[in-house]
Amino acid sequence: MAEAPTAGSDEGSVDAFLQGGPSLRHAPGPYFGSYGGRWMPESLIAALDELEDTFEKAKADPEFTAQIADLNKNYSGRPSLLTEAKRFAEHAGGVRIFLKREDLNHTGSHKINNVLGQALLAKRMGKTRVIAETGAGQHGVASATAAALLGLECVVYMGAEDCRRQALNVARMELLGATVIPVTNGSQTLKDAINEALRDWVANVGNTHYLLGTAAGAHPFPAMVRYFHEVIGEEARAQILEQTGRLPDAVCACIGGGSNAIGIFHGFLDDPSVKIYGFEAGGDGVETGRHAATITLGRPGVLHGARSYLMQDDDGQTIESHSISAGLDYPGVGPEHSYLADIGRVSYEPITDSEAMEAFRLLCRTEGIIPAIESSHALAGAIKVGQRLAAEEGTGSGEVSDKIVIVNLSGRGDKDVATAAEWFDLLDKDSAEATIGKEGEQL
Amino acid sequence: MTSKSAIAIDKARAEGRAALIGYLPAGYPSVEETIAAGIALARNGADLIEIGIPYSDPVMDGPVIQAATTEALAKGFTVRQVFEVVAGITGQTDAAVLVMTYWNPVMRMGVDEFSRRLAEAGGAGLITPDLIPDEAAEWMEASDKYGLDRVFLVAPSSSTERMRRTVEASRGFVYAVSIMGVTGARSSVSAAAKGVVAAAKDAGAERVCVGLGVSNADQVAEIAAYADGVIVGTALVSAIRDGGVDAVANLTKDLSAGLTRK
Repeated sequence: MAEAPTAGSDEGSVDAFLQGGPSLRHAPGPYFGSYGGRWMPESLIAALDELEDTFEKAKADPEFTAQIADLNKNYSGRPSLLTEAKRFAEHAGGVRIFLKREDLNHTGSHKINNVLGQALLAKRMGKTRVIAETGAGQHGVASATAAALLGLECVVYMGAEDCRRQALNVARMELLGATVIPVTNGSQTLKDAINEALRDWVANVGNTHYLLGTAAGAHPFPAMVRYFHEVIGEEARAQILEQTGRLPDAVCACIGGGSNAIGIFHGFLDDPSVKIYGFEAGGDGVETGRHAATITLGRPGVLHGARSYLMQDDDGQTIESHSISAGLDYPGVGPEHSYLADIGRVSYEPITDSEAMEAFRLLCRTEGIIPAIESSHALAGAIKVGQRLAAEEGTGSGEVSDKIVIVNLSGRGDKDVATAAEWFDLLDKDSAEATIGKEGEQL
Repeated sequence: MTSKSAIAIDKARAEGRAALIGYLPAGYPSVEETIAAGIALARNGADLIEIGIPYSDPVMDGPVIQAATTEALAKGFTVRQVFEVVAGITGQTDAAVLVMTYWNPVMRMGVDEFSRRLAEAGGAGLITPDLIPDEAAEWMEASDKYGLDRVFLVAPSSSTERMRRTVEASRGFVYAVSIMGVTGARSSVSAAAKGVVAAAKDAGAERVCVGLGVSNADQVAEIAAYADGVIVGTALVSAIRDGGVDAVANLTKDLSAGLTRK
């Protein structure tokens, strides 16, 4: 596990917080300690100001909050369930494990919370067009969904390589009426899709909102994306109190940019008894250099508008990340996570592809739930956390611990079936699926 | 504080014309050719030269400059070579040489260390496309310490208040973005450019130069009528790509003819 760096000059520390210091919830930005800000071209500052102003007014407008609540309930299907995973928990030191079921939301992940909120803001600003970036396609599909629902034009930028591998998600976005533009410059990955979306935004900012998919980027995006995902943590906190009568001992989530994580963490940041864990993509192992463990091994820098931990070389050039999970395959991370790491409130640890895939299979077979590979990183982390908690408690093998761990199951794994089938060698070598798989396609 | 950029622009002004500013990406197609092309720029009519640092995520650049900087990086360009390029040009010409850079490479080296080395190489200062004055405290301090120019950008979308603050933070000149968009040649100069220059002047700017989308002598002439300097980038990058240093020299001659045309 990575040691959290010392807080340095950042105001506040976890010690101060534990001794009744200021709340860590609802941090407004633009700065989270020394992270965040607006490292952006001047051309876009007016649009960021307009967005911030619209967002602040909307938050205070009962009509807006009622609209969000209505969509969450009657369109997305919220509140999402909190499901106890008893058979899975037997592999995690015998602690009690509860899954926050964001996989049951419409479109199959937490992403819908943010896109509905931002699409409503786009309408409030009188914008008729939204643009989005996507890696594997989850945020692209969610954006296309929100745009269809609210009657907005939608353009999604996606790395050319990802378009080829995720042909079905491209078709899904197109069915929903979006235009998908393959990005062929740079490394042709998610970060280049963000670069291309920013170039589009600079040129079309008059009628266009950039619907950024994670809690990163320039202010107000990190605080705003968190706001739309706070519902995850608020629901989970109320549900665990109702089901068990007490707060959990630990909360676990996976981290790419960090939107699902900041959403669930938010509910528990001010509960000192709750340990909080973020699990980054360790890829082939952090020692191999092929990973996306930004906080574990990154250094502070600026990318896509915010100062935060960043995978970069000695020249400040961004290093390409690697992960089996496209949703975690990003060399940056949201600035609030960098701050929470520095002050020691949240522990960030890497989970390798292999560990994540083992947890993926375990959840399938013990609970009848196919998780997203992203979320499988949180599941693998929860197994480790559960075993540690049980060890601290001195619970022997086979005994049941009364420790409680909540895992944010941020998405469902339907999109990952081909990757998993290939990983576990489940395909008949002569099948059409195996042939496609060899070419790197996702089904 | 004396400003190398201001001196170069004022010298052009004393000759009754606007200044010509030419952009070249460092290390494209090689460090030696960037130096040779920079010298050719200066000897054929450019008053200021802007050397770009190739960067992995150039969000303000269009396809031509992206392709050039991606190639430079693939060939192994390292950030410290930019000082070699600057010193190579300032050693041979009187042109003011600025570095255009996205901010992360400067942060990585350390703002003070980068500034010290730039000053040592004879550089005039920095043009910073993704650094706004709001985030520039460290750069304000280092640029004062080493006597470097701070060229911030203003855009058609900049509010009056932001225009005022940006002009106040700048030294040397203010870079007026002519259009809402990224770098690249365009068939006509945006009508917004004239308005941005006027707004920057109203906000107190002494020298305002216009860039983005300028590629030929006619456009240079059009902008020279109301701005203190004209910045050409993509057209020069295409020239060095297709015809090497000679093509840069010829295009610069052409462009500079536009400066004095009435």
